[in-house]
Amino acid sequence: MRHTISILVENNAGVLARISGLFARRGFNIYSLAVGVTEDERVSRITIVADGDDYTLEQIEKQLNKLIDVIKVRTVRPDELLQRELVLIKVSCSAQQRHELISIAEITQAKISDISVDSMTLELSANEAHLHNFQELLRPYGIKEVVRTGTIAIQKGTASLRI
Amino acid sequence: MAKERITVAGAMVRALEAEGIKHIYGYPGAAICPFFDELIKSDIQNILVRHEANSGHSASGYARITGKPAVCAATSGPGATNLITAIATAHMDSIPMIAITGQVVSNQIGRDAFQEADITGAAEPFVKHSYLVKNPDDIGDVIKKSFYIAQSGRPGPVLIDVPMDIQKQLIDFEYPEKVEIRSYKPSIVGNKLQIKKAVEALKNSKKPLICAGGGIFMAGAKDKLRELSETCDIPVIVTMMGIGSIPTDHKNYYGMLGVFGKRIANQALKNCDLLIVLGARMSDRAVTSLSPFENTTIVHIDVDPAEIGKNSPVNIPIVGDVGKTLEQFVAECEPMKHDEWQNDLYQSKLAAEAAVKNYQSDLVSPKLLIKTLCKTLPQKRVICADVGSNQIWAANNVELGEEGRFITSGGMGTMGYSLPAAIGAKCADKSAEVVAICGDGSFQMSFMELATAVQHGINVKTIVFVNNKLGMVREYQNNNYEGRHTMIDLSGSPDFLKIAEAYGIKGETVSSNDQVQSAVEKMVNADEPYLLQVMVDKNEKSLIE
Repeated sequence: MRHTISILVENNAGVLARISGLFARRGFNIYSLAVGVTEDERVSRITIVADGDDYTLEQIEKQLNKLIDVIKVRTVRPDELLQRELVLIKVSCSAQQRHELISIAEITQAKISDISVDSMTLELSANEAHLHNFQELLRPYGIKEVVRTGTIAIQKGTASLRI
Repeated sequence: MAKERITVAGAMVRALEAEGIKHIYGYPGAAICPFFDELIKSDIQNILVRHEANSGHSASGYARITGKPAVCAATSGPGATNLITAIATAHMDSIPMIAITGQVVSNQIGRDAFQEADITGAAEPFVKHSYLVKNPDDIGDVIKKSFYIAQSGRPGPVLIDVPMDIQKQLIDFEYPEKVEIRSYKPSIVGNKLQIKKAVEALKNSKKPLICAGGGIFMAGAKDKLRELSETCDIPVIVTMMGIGSIPTDHKNYYGMLGVFGKRIANQALKNCDLLIVLGARMSDRAVTSLSPFENTTIVHIDVDPAEIGKNSPVNIPIVGDVGKTLEQFVAECEPMKHDEWQNDLYQSKLAAEAAVKNYQSDLVSPKLLIKTLCKTLPQKRVICADVGSNQIWAANNVELGEEGRFITSGGMGTMGYSLPAAIGAKCADKSAEVVAICGDGSFQMSFMELATAVQHGINVKTIVFVNNKLGMVREYQNNNYEGRHTMIDLSGSPDFLKIAEAYGIKGETVSSNDQVQSAVEKMVNADEPYLLQVMVDKNEKSLIE
């Protein structure tokens, strides 16, 4: 089962290596990982989507908490989370296909970020299922490149993860 | 206190003095020279080991006796990487240790400079925490935090890597009184409700059992363990790390559990209806099957929440310092009796002991040797066992009272641990009689430390069991590879008595049971390092029933 784990860490050198090393050596699988600074610049937030049963998740949380630089760890149920991932997709696009792709972008609420004689780059921020559909829609045109940021997540409502 | 204008290396020495450090085990190289140079002015005793790994093992032995962090130091590159085994050994057994390494100059880091190794990266899986000091002004905070982290919560090794240019920089230094780490707050006191639940489970239990681990020593909880066992009439078994947490001649003591443990201890584990695990991990060597406890209620008290439920399912988890939590636990308990359960176990124990009077051997019975040693040593004793058959012989036959300690590499099973650890233990408590017990395999991994003992006048005794074989692996090959023996023959090994002699150490070779008593007496009475070379049969099994 997939879990989205939010981790607040001290913004110290090597902290990401400590965390990714922990996942690797304990055999925990990472689907995606995103890091960025928080409202407090001394604190970074790492969002990891990981795979595992309840035992594995419990171990992941406990082992993360043992790292000295880890301030807080929280795994929130998917229905209580707002999840987003940003994707940039470059597709082949002839002059004749431009209108089709523009209408796909309109329907999916994607943005056209770049355009050239024979390509178009579309940008979409959405949850994973939506991104998957989006990519399938573009596939027939010939995908040249896909770049994804990894999932970031925030709790719905007033609840928040703070120090 | 006013700030002092000194170098970072000088500040490091000041900081260690402030932490009460009396000994440093180390090995030099250019990158750590600024630090060692400052040590000249200090009262801290430098002990030059003969291999960096042994500086870590000596610090580990020292820390086990004092319960406080001990310090080892090495240079960059190979000096630092040689330390890794010792750091990993300390990590597995939760030993508080501070490892200081020199690093190449800051602007060379990452350029594969001479003797450069990314030691904080390489040691990461084996440290509780590590620091690479980049800002000279951080040194005080880093050392203060390192000592706090190493000894609080679940103890462990902390590595401090200091580039040599940083060591030389002048700073205005004042050692901080205290530090605050907002992301590190170990739980000390056990949850009251959970303790109530555990006490309730104990009241309902007919066959309770305590399994005590190494956490008892680190938490200083020996008295509380004994109080719980005596007040509530509960038998006690131990893990290898827990040997000596209750006197071995205590009526309630049933020995070490596990693959190489006592049959009676494993029998008690199998038959109990309530198991109280205190400061132990229930590792794969201790518990042969991961879920052997279908009908047993398990209470697990440990300071590390990650250990609870990791290796074995737990019914009543209690996170807290074993000492503090046991205090709370005992306060809630009323005296109780478990006569039937205790009597059954006690009769089995007596029967097992009566059956085992067999010390027969054409050479020397290891069991007889260890029993004789324990009858001869003063009560204040530290027995350091190495890894291999010698460890199991020692673990199952060692006799310890209130003042005795048994130290060995439990989790990592690091060969060569015993002699350097014994050296550290002796420095920590000169009034204790310290004996390293090893095999001819493990001795050859660290016998260069005899020089360290001689050079610094550290009075440790060494027993080397000799059978010209790596006995435990040989035994494993007997059981798992149809007796095909590979890579276990130690032919070509020297006469260890001559080795001792070459270091100026007296000793004796013991080759029959009837020589044991007088040889052991001579060794124990010697007021200097001494070595016994004990000839044993290659077919002697690890487990001697």
